[in-house]
Amino acid sequence: MPNNLSELLIRWRWLAFIAALVIAGLAASGVRFLGFSNDYRIFFSADNPQLLAFENLQNTYTKSDNVLFVLEPANGDVFTAQTLEAVSWLTAQAWQMPYSIRVDSLSNFQHTYAEQDDLVVTDLVSDAAVLDAAELQRIRAVALNEPLLLNRIVSPTGHVTGVNIIVQLPEQDLAAETPEVVNFSRDLAQQLTQRFPHLQVHTTGVVFLNNAFTEMAMTDMRTLIPVMFGIIVLVMALLIRSVWGTLATVLVIMLSIVTAIGAAGWLGIKLTPPSASSPTMMMTLAVASCVHLLVTFLQGMRSGKARRPAMQESLRVNLAPVFLTSLTTAIGFLSMNFSDAPPFRDLGNIVAIGVGASFFYCIAVLPALMLALPVRAKPARNRSVAAMDALADFVVQRRRPVMWGMTALVLLLVAFIPTNELNDEFVKYFDDRVPFRTATDFTTENLTGLYNIAYSLESGSSGGISEPQFLRHLEAFARWYGQQPEVLHVNSLTDTMKRLNRNLHGDDPDWYRLPESRELAAQYLLLYEMSLPYGLDLNDQINVDKSATRFNVFLKSISSESTIGLEQRAQQWLKDNAPASMQVDGASPAIMFSHIGARNIRSMLGGTTLALVLISITLIFALRSWRIGLISIVPNLVPAGMAFGLWALLVGQVGLALSVVTGMTLGIVVDDTVHFLSKYLRARRESGLSPEDAVRYAFHTVGTALWTTSVVLIAGFLVLTGSPFALNSGMGLLTAITIALALVADFLLLPTLLMTLDAKENHETVPVADPVKSVV
Amino acid sequence: MKLYLLPILLSLSFNAFAQTPEQKGFEIALEADRRDTGFHDSTATLNMILRNRQGDESTRVIRSRTLEQENDGDKSLNLFDEPADVKGTAFLSFTHKTGQDDQWLYLPALKRVKRISSSNKSGPFMGSEFAYEDISSQELEKYSYRYLRDEACGDETCFVIERIPKDQNSGYTRQLVWIDQAEYRPQQVVFYDRKDSKLKTLTYRNYRQFLDTWWRAMEMHMENHQTGKSTLLKWSDYAFQTGLSDRDFNRNTLDRVR
Repeated sequence: MPNNLSELLIRWRWLAFIAALVIAGLAASGVRFLGFSNDYRIFFSADNPQLLAFENLQNTYTKSDNVLFVLEPANGDVFTAQTLEAVSWLTAQAWQMPYSIRVDSLSNFQHTYAEQDDLVVTDLVSDAAVLDAAELQRIRAVALNEPLLLNRIVSPTGHVTGVNIIVQLPEQDLAAETPEVVNFSRDLAQQLTQRFPHLQVHTTGVVFLNNAFTEMAMTDMRTLIPVMFGIIVLVMALLIRSVWGTLATVLVIMLSIVTAIGAAGWLGIKLTPPSASSPTMMMTLAVASCVHLLVTFLQGMRSGKARRPAMQESLRVNLAPVFLTSLTTAIGFLSMNFSDAPPFRDLGNIVAIGVGASFFYCIAVLPALMLALPVRAKPARNRSVAAMDALADFVVQRRRPVMWGMTALVLLLVAFIPTNELNDEFVKYFDDRVPFRTATDFTTENLTGLYNIAYSLESGSSGGISEPQFLRHLEAFARWYGQQPEVLHVNSLTDTMKRLNRNLHGDDPDWYRLPESRELAAQYLLLYEMSLPYGLDLNDQINVDKSATRFNVFLKSISSESTIGLEQRAQQWLKDNAPASMQVDGASPAIMFSHIGARNIRSMLGGTTLALVLISITLIFALRSWRIGLISIVPNLVPAGMAFGLWALLVGQVGLALSVVTGMTLGIVVDDTVHFLSKYLRARRESGLSPEDAVRYAFHTVGTALWTTSVVLIAGFLVLTGSPFALNSGMGLLTAITIALALVADFLLLPTLLMTLDAKENHETVPVADPVKSVV
Repeated sequence: MKLYLLPILLSLSFNAFAQTPEQKGFEIALEADRRDTGFHDSTATLNMILRNRQGDESTRVIRSRTLEQENDGDKSLNLFDEPADVKGTAFLSFTHKTGQDDQWLYLPALKRVKRISSSNKSGPFMGSEFAYEDISSQELEKYSYRYLRDEACGDETCFVIERIPKDQNSGYTRQLVWIDQAEYRPQQVVFYDRKDSKLKTLTYRNYRQFLDTWWRAMEMHMENHQTGKSTLLKWSDYAFQTGLSDRDFNRNTLDRVR
């Protein structure tokens, strides 16, 4: 069949060439539907339980998507007329921010106090520019003693202050809405520093987080793809040393990318940082398939063949293995569909399409081009083959120590896998080249955390938030949370209640305690709510039925494990101390990301197993041997195991991005195994060689090709480590390590296993179906 | 034509035949105001139904009393019946044509009357989507007006006028009001927030005429477009000219009101 097909491909090469261009053009027209997603929620599937809990909370109260300005005055004190004027100015301007529904700052904090028999509710700061020393002192005293402000809007030393804006995006067109808010905020920050040059302004918040995802995807595409092109040209120049061959390969790569990205557009996929790394991956994989075809073709020309027979021979020899390796690679990437995080499903699907496309373009485009272009083959250097022969001798002669040494190494590394800690801190997805990261780090160190845990605490009855019993539990919970070392700020309704009780008793500090009756508490709230201005109401803290209240805890920069641990301790506290109605799970982006790693590892186990089964079946059919097919599982699985063990020693933290690597690399590392085993079997079956000689033969024939393609793949995935987005750089590095270890396993473990296991039963009789006797 | 309209019409007659949109808008509001005067006093029961984004509901029940004033804004008294923990709370307000309104709240649990700063009139009324400024007496003098266009509204034809609050403390930059041409009743109001984004829509439904003169909507539905929350006001037991007087609207007797 391959014979006929390769003939057909040569005969109808121009038809194939034109068909390829037409198909690429059609697919490419889907690019117009392509967009970037800027919503951290895209990392969660629609039925993710933590996402559902968080959405439920947001729907009950109001949204908490925010922009946070952090103002840092040069003199280290925010309680100056100048800085408070800046805060007032920014607060007023912030109401003009698109989609803003609430602004909280030092200046518009609703300060309450008693005046004769009345409750006065008013902005903490008014007419900031003319404040005298006494008034500044009063404002400082109020702010630094107010639990609602401390570690949220002002630092305990008063050296920085925040202006927090809640935005409610209509979510009609997030691709436009998020940048609209970000651009407005950046412009505002710039105006602020121009008016008040003594201020340093840092901007962060969920909207900036969302925006950073888009900017990362764009940055990656803009910076990594050109680097990747450079590397490909370099590698091709070194490997095949043919200008035309390199250009033809670049064309194949471009067609493959355009096809896959266009198809993504047709499928309605929105690009995210993970899926934006797909072009780099596709380029790497496309090179790997083209190289085989070109190397054989040029070898043929060097050995004196004319172009056409050389190409036909190359197609005949390579069509089946390149198809096979493309198929297994696609299966590996398709396993990412099991991921709980849609961006990785998109990545897997785009790359799988790209791999299929690059196989098609290799066989449809290269023949026409290589036969038409003035390709000349330069003499090859063969130092590598000698080195491979030496390696083969070493492996054959020292097979026992090598096998046991490798086995020991594998077991040792695998033993370290459990020491990997699961961690998905979304702020640390961005490295410190990203402004969002530096601004957020500054905020966490100086003012307040971006990580939080929110609870909708139920009283169990309509209006029950005013019950003294409920308020006492709430107060105790707030006190307990405030004592936890991971916590920066606790926002609880009880602080407002206590303050109102004091205010309505003539500001007597002895009355800074919870109201004693439900009626009193309910009427305080009624009075207070009626006194609050637009946008500063309690609807973000109390549900419509007044049966539940939002309780919010802001955290230091802590790991996923610590977040989960803290929440578990909180659950234990609630179980021990609070009524059943209050026992609700905490919800927040931090909680969602804390569970995403474990969820994805669980879901990817299924995907990876299925990929392994499918790939092993493919190999059993392709190699026509149960035994060899099963032996191949070892070198296919071992690299990922070793890589995660090595990762534990080098980095020690795994998460969302790395959960997909095993499935993804399975399809890539299997290629080496396929090439090695097919040569080994050919030597055994066709030439009747012993396992030892078959191993020597395999090293001699494919050893060079294996390490060169591995180098290409490693280089390609290492390009991803240049990304400032940790999900991509981590994925790139671990994949590169896995591929490198796969080469080690194929050179040291697979041959020794074959010599040991295959030798035990030397009587295997396999019908030689392949009529080709020639040895490449 | 009523006599008291004469001076206004005369003042407008400088550009007699070229009436500006501002003049026309004001005249429509004036006519609507005129048709609603003279009822002296009214009482009604209000069921306020709050809904959040996912449809959870909560109801408050209020008895409302209004007294018309000769040369000032109306006086109103709201008595809270439900929820039970605020039962007996009384909210008294004197609206003024110019200057800030006066507001007091009587808290039975504290047995005290507290004055409420009316500069904060833009916040939600009892946690609903109505601000105090949305449900207080809509005095003519609180806005400036501009006529925009005629437009079909349901089975009727409406004037669409824009009104801009004069008070700096208002939560709105402007409101669009649909007033039917047959009876000069508000049919719909669209509120724009301080950044001039569409914030809320108030729809008046189910108008009924009392004493053959005064129209009252039995339902007022406020939808917040930004948060997805909504509030429905259901009015019932309307009575007019019940004999209320200034003595019934006294801050010093709030604790004795039943």
